[in-house]
Amino acid sequence: MGVGYPECVSFVRGFAEAVAANREYLTQLDAEIGDADHGINMDRGMRAVLPKVEALTDQDISGLFRTVAMALISTVGGASGPLYGTVFLQLSSSLKGESEIELSGWAEAVLAAVSAVRARGKAEPGDKTMVDALLPAGEALREAAAEGATLSEGLARGTEAARQGMEATIPLLARRGRASYLGERSQGHQDPGATSSWLLMQAAEAAFAKGN
Amino acid sequence: MKKLINRPEDVVREELEGIALAHSDRVKVSLDPYYVMRKDAPVRGKVAVVSGGGSGHEPMHGGFVGRGMLDAACPGEVFTSPTPDQILAATKAVSGGAGVLHIVKNYTGDILNFEMAAELAKEDGIQVEAVVTNDDVAVQDSLYTAGRRGVGITVLAEKVCGAAAEAGRPLGEVAALCSKVNASGRSMGMALTSCTVPAAGKPTFELGEDEMEIGIGIHGEPGRERRRLATADEIVEVLASTIVDDLPFKSGDRVLAFVNGMGGTPLIELYVVYRALDRFLRGRGIAIERNLVGSYITSLEMAGTSITLLRLDDELLGLWDAPVNTPGLRWGA
Repeated sequence: MGVGYPECVSFVRGFAEAVAANREYLTQLDAEIGDADHGINMDRGMRAVLPKVEALTDQDISGLFRTVAMALISTVGGASGPLYGTVFLQLSSSLKGESEIELSGWAEAVLAAVSAVRARGKAEPGDKTMVDALLPAGEALREAAAEGATLSEGLARGTEAARQGMEATIPLLARRGRASYLGERSQGHQDPGATSSWLLMQAAEAAFAKGN
Repeated sequence: MKKLINRPEDVVREELEGIALAHSDRVKVSLDPYYVMRKDAPVRGKVAVVSGGGSGHEPMHGGFVGRGMLDAACPGEVFTSPTPDQILAATKAVSGGAGVLHIVKNYTGDILNFEMAAELAKEDGIQVEAVVTNDDVAVQDSLYTAGRRGVGITVLAEKVCGAAAEAGRPLGEVAALCSKVNASGRSMGMALTSCTVPAAGKPTFELGEDEMEIGIGIHGEPGRERRRLATADEIVEVLASTIVDDLPFKSGDRVLAFVNGMGGTPLIELYVVYRALDRFLRGRGIAIERNLVGSYITSLEMAGTSITLLRLDDELLGLWDAPVNTPGLRWGA
């Protein structure tokens, strides 16, 4: 049994809460290798998302994610705005017409979102970006679905893979985004984008697993 | 954090309201979405030149809007690129039917947002060309980084392109000139202090009393290396030699020398830097034909300087000397 529209709204709200709670943490990570605004910008964006989501009336999962995408694109700025906008825009296209999401469908939607982010940001795995958390998460979700795992089990595996991917960015040399300007000085720091992507996977797990 | 602000979240809006009040003779300001445009835009039949980027670099870009330079500038939040809807609105507002040039500094966020805006503008039937500036020699240029940052050359490119557009040159030529300025210029900067993003409330990095950061960008991001503080002459030697060797500038070259303050450095120190730069370039047989000394592309209250050299030819010299009338740069008008 899958998750429906109410769980998707909880996912979006949960991500907004997680971003707000980790605003300083994400900003601090960004100060180390970037320009100290990731938490601030994501928090401003997710705050702008919430009233637009509350105003929705037609219980459409695809429409919900499209609304989130457009709000992020028009309020976040930086690289995170277009990139997280792209994540939600692709979730919206992948889940068009769906009223319920199964583990396998969620896995494919996440993987399609990662591909879209890679195309927009021209990032490869190992470049020390959000791709390094999202791609392993998508792959773990797909593997869990193929093995017939339950939804909550599969989601937990996805979040754990995102966490490991995020931590694995610490020794990496940044090759995309502002952190790449630091060269070797980018090593030894956890990527802020990979960290917010882990929060995204965590929010999905919390909302979707609770719905079942 | 000590700043002359009201609330951190209101800084950009209140700055724009101030610009609108102070410079209503030359510019108009849109507050939803944010952009600054020439008062007489759109100018029919003229290529429109649009730039933008995070706030905190004033007078760039909003201070360069006016006759002979930019038609519009889109300010993002502090150190954060503007959003596609903003850039699209500004592009449409100033489009005079001859196409629009987007001058974009090479930062991942700026590129992504300007790209999305250009795609949307093209759907609306507006011809858009984008040129990316990437003049910062402090960054290794390779396939494996986001590439060199766009810094000081952006100011010079906006002046040259604005003059060319004013002279009625077509979009392809104005864009080619922008690429030529970018290809003929190099920059490098250094910081004596960090800076504080209003919404963050604390300095982006810490620098000891006896330390300096070499190879900084314009967003309070750390540079390539931290060194013991040196004299102005020694610092200029490091910056200028890296710049000159990179292009490379050669004996006999004519240049525009731009000594820029990062926001917290007084003019007295910038002239000390200019003196050292003049001596250095003479030693290399390079002639300064024009100069610009002052704080034009800043990083909030950061103390420090950046040096930009642009190799001149008669065409660029003529466009640099053409009249300009903006809040940040004004001559001949």
